[in-house]
Amino acid sequence: MLVLNGLGKIYPNGVNALERFSAEIRLGEIVAIIGGSGCGKSTLLRAIAGLDRATSGTVTLDDIKISAPHAKIGIIFQEPRLLPWLSVAENIGFGLSDLPADIRRQKVAGALARVGLADKADAWPRELSGGQAQRVAIARALVPQPEVLLLDEPFSALDAFTRRDLQDHLLDLWADTRPTLVLVTHDVDEAVVLADRVFVMRPRPGRLFEEIKVNLARPRDRNSPMFDSFKRRVLTALDRSLDRNVPDGDSKSTAGEAMWW
Amino acid sequence: MAMTVELPALETTDGTIAPPASRRLRRWTQPAIGLLLPLGLALAWEATVWLGFSNGRLVPPPTKIFAAIVELARSGELARHIMTTLSRVAAGFGLGVLAGTVLGAISGYWTLARRLLDPTVQALRAIPSIAWVPLFILWLGIFETSKIVLIAVGVFFPVYLGVMGAILSVDRKIVEVGRTFRLSGPAMIRRILLPAVLPAYVVALRVGLGLGWMFVVAAEFMGASEGLGYLLIDGQQLGKPAQIVAAIVIFAILGKTTDWLIEIGSAPLLRWQDAFGRHSGGA
Repeated sequence: MLVLNGLGKIYPNGVNALERFSAEIRLGEIVAIIGGSGCGKSTLLRAIAGLDRATSGTVTLDDIKISAPHAKIGIIFQEPRLLPWLSVAENIGFGLSDLPADIRRQKVAGALARVGLADKADAWPRELSGGQAQRVAIARALVPQPEVLLLDEPFSALDAFTRRDLQDHLLDLWADTRPTLVLVTHDVDEAVVLADRVFVMRPRPGRLFEEIKVNLARPRDRNSPMFDSFKRRVLTALDRSLDRNVPDGDSKSTAGEAMWW
Repeated sequence: MAMTVELPALETTDGTIAPPASRRLRRWTQPAIGLLLPLGLALAWEATVWLGFSNGRLVPPPTKIFAAIVELARSGELARHIMTTLSRVAAGFGLGVLAGTVLGAISGYWTLARRLLDPTVQALRAIPSIAWVPLFILWLGIFETSKIVLIAVGVFFPVYLGVMGAILSVDRKIVEVGRTFRLSGPAMIRRILLPAVLPAYVVALRVGLGLGWMFVVAAEFMGASEGLGYLLIDGQQLGKPAQIVAAIVIFAILGKTTDWLIEIGSAPLLRWQDAFGRHSGGA
């Protein structure tokens, strides 16, 4: 279980990015964090990853306090961040350097096949498309079999079609070992299609505004009326989190996001 | 004739596997175009002198230069001069690269050291390095030490700047990947920083080497009894322009060759950089 207890972050310049954020996330659960820019969602994720320290509160994973990157926690960033001097296979095996070479090779080959890039093993990162590169990044994060996988707007730089493709693919991969996923996104569709729970945050200071349970069986049909109603609930919460009363707010909240920089 | 070469090439254009014969041909003809101008000028000058339009005393024709090189080579003098100059460049380059790499790495890696060190280095860099010559001679004597130090000073600055700049511009996001995989300090340097810095380092080495060749001439102008720079001075004092041009030609060949050695030596490590060019098959 991943426990976030009263997390807060005040940057040295005085910006109060995150305030009293608490949540308990069960093993295997998928949580999406959504909110306008500046609501502290990336700050929150970086604190869970142990990349930045929170100024108050604690992150514990199975009763271990997290204050630095941990073997059980993997992270995928908005950009693939592949190492350009390593081949695709070497990139995926980057986190496995403690293992004997033959086991490593085996795991990398398995991961490559799983993300459908077996033929790209010896390619260089710059030869990949954006979607392929992000698949490699997912494989690299998953191959050490983390208990928790953090995703920081992982598909936002991709085109709509590739994005859907990778969302479905991520769920497939998740089903293999069922790690906990914590996903930061600004895409309502993505939050509803992936998450068991959606945390809607509000900015200045970044705080948990509303928690929405998505009780939909997987695989989820993006065109079903139920899916739509959950989307509308998230959108409404987003609008209210920005103090705007738009009763049937649809596309407005995403357009208004730019205000909250 | 041209058609028979190009017809099979047309069939493979969308296959993109085998390089078409015409492209292989182009790989050789394109650099050859660059040779047209110097070769043409050389031939024209040779003809001018041969036809008696000029006596070619101050600007010797290519055959005279070639004869001068052959004569120097036959007496064994040429090899001695080349070895002397090469060993000076090697020692100065080695020293300059070592100092530049160490100080550049410290300045790049450690902010406090950069604040302390960099302003002084930048100020020293603003001094034309030849201005040090009298001081070096006073301090280190007229023989090898002062020459090698002068070359090392020339090599130091581009290497220092290259290493420091390369370390400073390492992508923070890539370093963060290393952090998420919990790399130790040494592992971070070996697996992230060194490979990230390498392309810029190779460029810095090549610039440094170019300056090393420049400064060996300056060094050998100040009272050397052997070396290619001595050949230049000797040719001037004895009025032998063919010897001067011969030495210049040999400088050009040596400079290009050593540069090329760095290039092919580093190529296997930088293969990932030109992967794009290789696969798109362009250029």
